[in-house]
Amino acid sequence: MSTRKELNPGATRRDFLVLTTTALGVVGTATLIYPFISSMNPAADVLAMATVDIDVSNIAVGQAITVMWRGKPVFIKRRTEEEIKEARDVNLSLLADPEPDAERTPYKPEWLIIIGICTHLGCVPLGQKPSDPHGQYGGWFCPCHGSQYDTSGRVRVGPAPKNLVVPPYKFINDKTVRIGSET
Amino acid sequence: MTKETKKGGVINWIDERLPIFWFINKELVEYATPKNLNYMWNFGSLAGIVLVVMIGSGIFLAMHYTPHVDFAFNSVEHIMRDVNYGWLIRYMHMNGASMFFIVVYLHMLRGLYYGSYKAPRELLWILGVVILLLMMATAFMGYVLPWGQMSFWGATVITNLFSVIPFFGEAIVQWLWGGFSIDNPTLNRFFALHYLLPFLIVGVVALHLVALHMFGSNNPLGIDKKTKEDTLPFHPYYTVKDCFGLGVLVTIWGFFIFFAPNFFGEPDNYIPADPLVTPQHIVPEWYFLPFYAILRSVPNKAMGVALMFSAVFVLFVLPWLDKSPVRSGKFRPIFKYVFWVWVLACLTLGWSGAQQPEGWPLIMGRIATFCYFFYFLAALPLLSRYERPLPLPESISRPNSFPAHKVK
Repeated sequence: MSTRKELNPGATRRDFLVLTTTALGVVGTATLIYPFISSMNPAADVLAMATVDIDVSNIAVGQAITVMWRGKPVFIKRRTEEEIKEARDVNLSLLADPEPDAERTPYKPEWLIIIGICTHLGCVPLGQKPSDPHGQYGGWFCPCHGSQYDTSGRVRVGPAPKNLVVPPYKFINDKTVRIGSET
Repeated sequence: MTKETKKGGVINWIDERLPIFWFINKELVEYATPKNLNYMWNFGSLAGIVLVVMIGSGIFLAMHYTPHVDFAFNSVEHIMRDVNYGWLIRYMHMNGASMFFIVVYLHMLRGLYYGSYKAPRELLWILGVVILLLMMATAFMGYVLPWGQMSFWGATVITNLFSVIPFFGEAIVQWLWGGFSIDNPTLNRFFALHYLLPFLIVGVVALHLVALHMFGSNNPLGIDKKTKEDTLPFHPYYTVKDCFGLGVLVTIWGFFIFFAPNFFGEPDNYIPADPLVTPQHIVPEWYFLPFYAILRSVPNKAMGVALMFSAVFVLFVLPWLDKSPVRSGKFRPIFKYVFWVWVLACLTLGWSGAQQPEGWPLIMGRIATFCYFFYFLAALPLLSRYERPLPLPESISRPNSFPAHKVK
């Protein structure tokens, strides 16, 4: 091999062929692998269930329901006047994850919709039923590691780092909310 | 070894502890291969590549498949309609089975014509027959998984073959089924075994390769390689040739995947399994047709089953049926024609197996069955005694010089 290089310094025809063949082989392999990787993404039937429409007309003031959306619990709470006031009067600088309540309730202040998964390690916080512990801020209490959330679902006592997440949603009409899509 | 020690520090460091680069170099790069191999020698590596693609696509299909009688059929439809590129992966796998058998049958024909099963490669051949048996079991169980009509009735027919075993037949069939008919336990175990067997095949392939590399490939002249002049390094000469063959195979495979994905399949398998209705015309996948024809050519149940299994098992003793010291059919003036008659018999069996078992197809099937066994049990032993082979060339690099001839 060395003699060929010595006789013919610089790029040879064979070098060119080897390079182009290798390049084409790499491209071919990548296009073969792509469908396999893509097949592990959510399938069409899973994506079809990506939004759910919930009838909220039967929820009384002060009541909360839990619905399933993309395999997760979503808390829909119709808040009382006191709960709204409590959530709006908080001094934001005291919060671990400052976020005004108005941003978390874009439709009407009485409707709080949050994903019921503690941002610490994924447990479902208690507080949906009146008999549940609500923590000292009147919201939710995570039984796993004691995180506490206020009436806006914002973290008030650790170890959770973030507020309970607000999913994308839209009220199609006064009675129905579509979770999973803002349009 | 002097060449290796010059190599880069990292490769050298690894090689001293785990001689992987040394091994690759020895068995795949410098590996001395007869320089006269023709394209029939492509099919071994092609079979290996098809096996890898089958395992790969199969693992991804298993991620979306449900082995339960109530969900299996729909989960396959889910793969076809909902899973991203699921149709592509399934068609790859489905047609891959046919490609696998085409490649392996050609690989075997190569071995049969050029006498690759003869000493010192008898175990290499036997390991190959083991692979064939494992492939057949794997393909059969895979065909059951979609739980269509053909799946169900194919499974019924094949498992019932074991009922001919005296005394224990009934018990063995119930054991295979895990019940009193083909049902959920059967589907579950077939799925588990369909996932397991390919990895056993990989293991036997590894042994097949170890046995191959003891004496190296046979060649079209069927004579041993003697000097360095007779050989070429495997890389780049045969890596490039194998890559070309792969290109051809992938083109054909791709044609079926994209333009005729159900060519090898049966439309009835898109009807969900119904234990109460047998389809009008039951046929196995094309690669089992010759064996199916042998089964049906005998009017006696036990004899038919025995003969069908013998058709495969006779391959195990082939190295001792053909005692001719000359390997390649090229130098065997009578064998050459007898071989092609046998190939014709196999094709006739394949055709006969796809027809209704009556009239001409049945008669032709019987004649072909006779020819199939006559070849192994009578023609080969007789030919090795009475056939006078042509003189063999001096060496691979001098194919036109015949020293034995000159002496006489």
